[in-house]
Amino acid sequence: MTTPGNTLNTLNTTDTPNPEFINTPWRDPQQRPFIEIEGLSKRFGDFIAVDAVNLKIYRRELFTILGGSGCGKTTLLRMLAGFEKPSAGRIRIDGVDVTDLPPYLRPVNMMFQSYAVFPHMTVYQNIAYGLKKEKLPRAEIKERVGRMLELVQLTALSKRKPNQLSGGQRQRVALARALIKQPKVLLLDEPLAALDKKLREQTQFELMNIQDKLGITFVVVTHDQEEAMTLASRIAVMDAGDFVQIGTPSEVYEFPRNHFVASFFGSINLFDATVTSVDAGELCVLLDDSDTEICTRYEGELAVGSACKIGVRPEKLLISTERPAEQGNTITRGVVEDLAYKGNRSIYRVRAQNGRIIMVSAQNKQRSAHLPLEWDDEVYLSWPSDCSVVLTA
Amino acid sequence: MNRPSTFLYSVLCFGFAVLYIPVFVLMAYSFNDSRLPTVWGGFSTRWYSALLENEQILQAALLSLEIALVSATFATILGTMAGLALSRVGRFRGRSVLTGMIAAPLVMPDVITGLSLLLLFVSLQELLGWPGNRGANTITLAHITFSMAYVAVIVQARLANMDQSLEEAAMDLGGRPFAVTRDITLPLIAPAMASGWLLAFTLSLDDLVIASFTSGAGASTLPMVIFSKVKLGVTPEINALTTLVIAAVTIGVLISGWFMLRQLRAQPAPP
Repeated sequence: MTTPGNTLNTLNTTDTPNPEFINTPWRDPQQRPFIEIEGLSKRFGDFIAVDAVNLKIYRRELFTILGGSGCGKTTLLRMLAGFEKPSAGRIRIDGVDVTDLPPYLRPVNMMFQSYAVFPHMTVYQNIAYGLKKEKLPRAEIKERVGRMLELVQLTALSKRKPNQLSGGQRQRVALARALIKQPKVLLLDEPLAALDKKLREQTQFELMNIQDKLGITFVVVTHDQEEAMTLASRIAVMDAGDFVQIGTPSEVYEFPRNHFVASFFGSINLFDATVTSVDAGELCVLLDDSDTEICTRYEGELAVGSACKIGVRPEKLLISTERPAEQGNTITRGVVEDLAYKGNRSIYRVRAQNGRIIMVSAQNKQRSAHLPLEWDDEVYLSWPSDCSVVLTA
Repeated sequence: MNRPSTFLYSVLCFGFAVLYIPVFVLMAYSFNDSRLPTVWGGFSTRWYSALLENEQILQAALLSLEIALVSATFATILGTMAGLALSRVGRFRGRSVLTGMIAAPLVMPDVITGLSLLLLFVSLQELLGWPGNRGANTITLAHITFSMAYVAVIVQARLANMDQSLEEAAMDLGGRPFAVTRDITLPLIAPAMASGWLLAFTLSLDDLVIASFTSGAGASTLPMVIFSKVKLGVTPEINALTTLVIAAVTIGVLISGWFMLRQLRAQPAPP
């Protein structure tokens, strides 16, 4: 987004004097959480949509709640906005308990999945609506809407009705309308789902820029793991009404807590293994079809001798026809069963000795008209042992 | 696209002919000079001037219009409230029963509606001394009662199709429930309310059976007068009256069509 800097500075005026920006506030126990969710539940009859969740979100975070359909993520968002009344639990925003406040009294605004742009109002009227409800003087409304129109680059279209706008433009109207009241928290329900792929990628970065410039805390709900990874400061993976794992994008990708999280973010290869030793956060296992022992970080509880699974991401695997060096590597063998050339990389499906299919994603660094490997080639698969993830569920 | 076949054209023409030839014949005979409705005696507008001097018909027409205006307006207000309650007040006790009951008057035979309302008015008169003499007031009440159901159904259908997050968005932006209804819901269901009003108006103008049951001495609506006159034979005067009604309806349809067309033209297709 190319917006003149002065526009943005003026938008920032009512925000508290910029608190020192800390990159990872959740690691600092001194930090006061901005949004605190305690034991929040929502039941619809017998169905438990959200099951006693606890969550702390910090100021200026771009927090993403990720999950499949029906996992309770939208219900959680709607409870933050005030559209659903929690069955139990409390929500505090900036130290104020908002659990019993109606939507129109909460310092929170929402961007809806359908955008919910008022069809009978112009772009200008849509954006001005929130300020009109605050009964602000006309001149101030005009000025603030003008600046917001500039920020989302809709100044030229301010007199249009929503049905004269494209999907991306409608999305900007919805965003501008939700931002104009300078909420403490902006809730976004699947903000990019309705846009086509190219526009989605571009809009992701615009959203991040706007968030960065305005310093508003964003809570985004999405089912798209790529979108969550790109946008988020932290991701909460949700399943069946509860959080499975909360962490930065690289934490949930590289150190998934269980198989559900691991397979939610891209694909992962699973190897059977047996635990050989457990020692203060470090776990050693022996791969069943290899004689290599793998030692890796693990915080769960596993007894010596119990079976577990080792997960390895396809891009961590090295595929070669010659046996690679032993040092620090785990090595196994297989036969190339299928391969797909994708330009920047190739995907190999390798059948391991135990018959399991292993996916390998290899960067095509060399320029060549021929593939380095062919069908039915006997290959070695290896990966740095510390790229292994112990998965139990 | 394929050219429509001659067969399809003839079927279309036949259909329209069946629908409209009787109307055109009736209109033509309203300009007939002869007193006999089936013998052509030359062009004349004398039945129209006779019509304008017929106090009974003019008064009946005025009464019908008055009843239709009042009942359509009240039916729209009450029906909109019922439609809003049924689709927006969430789940409440007896909601499904109420939904069924609101649609029942649509399929109820007029005779039953009329008779039951007559009995209601009679017993109310005995118990409370109200509504007094039956006439325009009781017909209006009866018309509100049954046309309200039509409005409620139309409004409810519109609300069911409306994205509920529009109202939530307005509430999220600081609109209290009343303001949300005023700023968002009502403007968006206004077209449904307008068509509900028009339907209620037409139903009231058209109604003969319920009006006959609920009317008292002296108050006769236009359909009642026409019906009683036709029993003595169709006079060219009735033809003239009907022609005027058709003309009024046609003008109304043209005006609303023009409005709709203008609205469509004002919204170019999205890029």
